[in-house]
Amino acid sequence: MAFTLAAARVAIEKLNSLIEGKKEYLTDLDSAIGDADHGINMNRGFKKVMEKLQDKEHSDFAGLFRDVAMTLMSAVGGSAGPLYGTFFMKMGQNLADKKEATVEEFASAMQEGLNGIMTLGKAVLGDKTMLDAISPAIEALKSNPGDERAAWTSAADAAEEGMKATIPMLAKRGRSSYLGERSIGHQDPGATSSWYLISCFRDALTEHGGQ
Amino acid sequence: MRVGILIVSHSEDAARGIAQIATAMSGGNVEVVGVGGDGEGGLGVPVVKVLDALSLMLPKTEGIAVFPDLGSSILSVRGALEMLPPDEAAKVTIVDAPILEGAMLGAVEANCGAALEQVVESGKEARDLKKTEH
Repeated sequence: MAFTLAAARVAIEKLNSLIEGKKEYLTDLDSAIGDADHGINMNRGFKKVMEKLQDKEHSDFAGLFRDVAMTLMSAVGGSAGPLYGTFFMKMGQNLADKKEATVEEFASAMQEGLNGIMTLGKAVLGDKTMLDAISPAIEALKSNPGDERAAWTSAADAAEEGMKATIPMLAKRGRSSYLGERSIGHQDPGATSSWYLISCFRDALTEHGGQ
Repeated sequence: MRVGILIVSHSEDAARGIAQIATAMSGGNVEVVGVGGDGEGGLGVPVVKVLDALSLMLPKTEGIAVFPDLGSSILSVRGALEMLPPDEAAKVTIVDAPILEGAMLGAVEANCGAALEQVVESGKEARDLKKTEH
C-alpha cells in the first residue's frame, strides 16, 4: 500500500473543510498570542486552493503541491503564506514524477518541507511554532516504515501531542515572542493548523489511500 | 544604473507612503518601490507580490536593498528570494533597520551612486538616527 496522488488531493480537500470549521477557534488561539489573523488567513488561502484545484488534473505530487504552494503564496499575507507555501513547494519537489509514495518517501519529502520552513523562519524545536507539531509527526512516520496506516495514525497522534506540548512553551518566534512570559499557557495556532494538516493526511489515507 | 530600494510593509498605504518619502529624498533618480497588503484590503504581504516587485526591479537596478517592516513581511521576502534564480537572489539584501528611516537613508546613498553594500550599511545606520536632538 502506498499514499496515492488521489489521496493527497482528498487530504487537501479535507484540510480546507476542517479549517473552514475551525477558523474561529484558530483566530481565538491567535488573538491570545498573535495578531488574530491565522484562522482567517488559512481559511482564505485554502478556499483559493480549492478554486485553483477545481477541474484540474495533476500528473504527480509535485504538480498538486506546487498549485497549493503558489496559491498560498499569492493569496495569504500573514506568515502562514510563506511558511505553508514553502512546506508544500519543497515537499512537492521531493516527490516529482511520483503518483504514489511510500511512508519513507513521504517522510523524507516532509522533512525537506520542514527544512524549508526552518530556513525561512529560523525556528528550532521548542520555539512554540508549527515545527513542534510537524517534526514529531515525521519522526513517527520514520519509525513505522512498514505499515502505512499505523504510520499515519501514529504521525497524527504525535502531531497532536506536539501541538499540546506548545502550551507551556515560551514563544521564541513571531508576534507571540514579543509577549515573552505571557505567551506561556497558550497553545500555538501554527502548531494547531499543522496538526490539522497531518490528521487530514491520516484520514485521507485511511479512507481513500491504498489500492 | 543605481541600487534600488524595495519597501515591504503589512500595509499597502504604509509601503506607498514610505516609498513616496524615500523618493522625495533621493531626487527621483532611484528606483524606489513599495509593496504591501494582501490585495483585498487586509494587512500582510503575500510572497508573490514581493517576487513580482523584485522581478520588475532587478533589470533596472544594480542590486536591491529591501526594507521590511517586521514579522511575516520578512518571511515573505525570504520566500520570494527562495523562488528567484540564485544569481538574481544574490543581488538582493534584506536590511535590518527601521523601515522609514532606513529606506530614506538607503535611497539617499543610492542616489549618490553607492554600491549595494554601502546602501545597506547606510540603511542600518538609521537605527542610531537621533530625531529630536537637533
